[in-house]
Amino acid sequence: MKVISLNENKNRHIFFSKKTFITLRKDYQLYLFLLPGIIYFIIFHYIPMYGVQIAFRDFIDIKGIWGSPWVGLKHFERFISSYQFWRLMINTLGISFYQLAAGFPIPILLALMLNQTVNKRFKKVVQTVTYAPHFISIVVLVGMIQMFLSPRNGFVNVMLMALGKDPIVFLAKAEWYKTIYVLSGIWQGAGWGSIIYLAALAGINIELYEAAKVDGASKFQIIRHIDIPGIMPTAVILLILSLGRIMNVGFQKAYLLQNDMNLKSSEIISTYVYKVGLIEAQYSYSAAIGLFNTIINIILLVSVNRLAKKLTETSLW
Amino acid sequence: MKTISIKRSREDIIFDTMNYFLLSLALIVVLYPLYFIIIASISNPVAVQSGKVIFVPVQVTFEGYKKIFEYKDIWIGYRNTLMYTFLGTLINIFLTMLMAYPLSRKKFSGKRVVMIFLIITMYFNGGLIPTYLVVKNLGLLNNWMVMVVVGAINVFNVIITRSFMENTIPEELYEAATIDGSSHFQYFFKVVLPLSKAIMAVLALYYGVAHWNDYFKGLIYLKDNNLYPLQLILRGILVQNDVSDTMMDMEDAERRQALVELMKYGLIIVSSIPVLIIYPFMQKYFIKGVMIGSVKG
Repeated sequence: MKVISLNENKNRHIFFSKKTFITLRKDYQLYLFLLPGIIYFIIFHYIPMYGVQIAFRDFIDIKGIWGSPWVGLKHFERFISSYQFWRLMINTLGISFYQLAAGFPIPILLALMLNQTVNKRFKKVVQTVTYAPHFISIVVLVGMIQMFLSPRNGFVNVMLMALGKDPIVFLAKAEWYKTIYVLSGIWQGAGWGSIIYLAALAGINIELYEAAKVDGASKFQIIRHIDIPGIMPTAVILLILSLGRIMNVGFQKAYLLQNDMNLKSSEIISTYVYKVGLIEAQYSYSAAIGLFNTIINIILLVSVNRLAKKLTETSLW
Repeated sequence: MKTISIKRSREDIIFDTMNYFLLSLALIVVLYPLYFIIIASISNPVAVQSGKVIFVPVQVTFEGYKKIFEYKDIWIGYRNTLMYTFLGTLINIFLTMLMAYPLSRKKFSGKRVVMIFLIITMYFNGGLIPTYLVVKNLGLLNNWMVMVVVGAINVFNVIITRSFMENTIPEELYEAATIDGSSHFQYFFKVVLPLSKAIMAVLALYYGVAHWNDYFKGLIYLKDNNLYPLQLILRGILVQNDVSDTMMDMEDAERRQALVELMKYGLIIVSSIPVLIIYPFMQKYFIKGVMIGSVKG
């Protein structure tokens, strides 16, 4: 008896404890479940993170990541001092803040209004229709924008001309780019965005509404004093998330909507990274710009989250 | 039956009127462009060009659709996208379910570490070029597999699937199964999968739509036209106005351009048909999906 327990004790020090061993044996199947996913994330997410170091090297294809010489912050300095830098920053931030300021409140308003609609059938119709554009692809959306805004025969300009105004070549005018980008985004996403607020509204205690009605509250007062506080935590979380993505204006739509005439206000960091990296094959420079972008995003996310925690007691972590 | 009946105040009547008015306005703003595409696609192109098509189609013609059917590239793209969507979604769902199951087990020791491992990738990534280099080194450039392998698992979807399993599959089932001598493997395939149909429908919807609409991966990783997904072909025609001349050998340049425009309207519809068909059936699922997702991060 004694010998066995001694052996066990010894094992515990050399190897791992019996308890860990048992849980590992019991859980080994669970690790097998995770294996394919973990391999996927290592290959397509963690290896590229490791590959980020080419931003600090002069990448030479035949020498690979390891063999290419270190150059420190050269590429970052080049980017920050390039004439493109401020333009890219201003365009990226400009589109993003414009999008946030115009697009963030609209799903909330839509949800509040839908929630107060007594006629269920009408409510259902509005929901079905407003969700639909979410499923349209970006390519089709941009195709539609081009057709509708066409100076000769797009219906927007046909209407302008019917009102006796001159047609506007919207997509060739840099000053229109951001508005087109943002408004089409609202058209496509507002309905879908409202779902999450409707879910939050559905979770509000019905007794609150009944009590308010007994007290003679108007619908407007109910929205102000019950609905809005009820969806506040959801709104704050979504706001933090969007502020944390402020530098990530989607490449896809920005790139498709771009043309030589509106480039002045449409070139953003992600489209620039693509052009410099994949079209001009300046891998290291492009990776440095991409990394610069990610770092700003993370700094933003962390500080906004901290601020939100302080002000509203809602936070991501 | 004791109902509290309260007279609608004047304020509420004003509110309701405004509410219906604004929602109707939103309805029209969203619906009209979609409706316009439909009527424009079957109208005489010249009438569309001169702004005569506003509420109803003018001089109905199916010429645009005829041209689309003759355009070979579109159908190659269609075939490719159908394949990428089907195969890709299948892989997505399988891998997501596999990942979510262990994370939903209460007593799984590696849970926290794996969650952190996943969440890091949501906020930090190597970026375009390092990812491109990995794909290149794996020999996946200009290979159809890149379309189904890159993006095989979405962390957000793993999280909602995990919450679904935690909240809807009772722990007692697992206990009963273990007493009967079932392993995690048997339990997963015989109990968890059959009980997860709702979340798999949600996943199919999320992943499927993403595959159907994806042009980015094709743009970056593919060179060969025969591998292009539909969206990349659409980009050529809709956005870059790139219609091969052999298709439209017409002397009259103006009429040719009008026909190309007509084709574009039809193409938008043709390319959206699969989504349009399943949309009514999936509506109840995506509301569910967002609700599950919003339960807790």
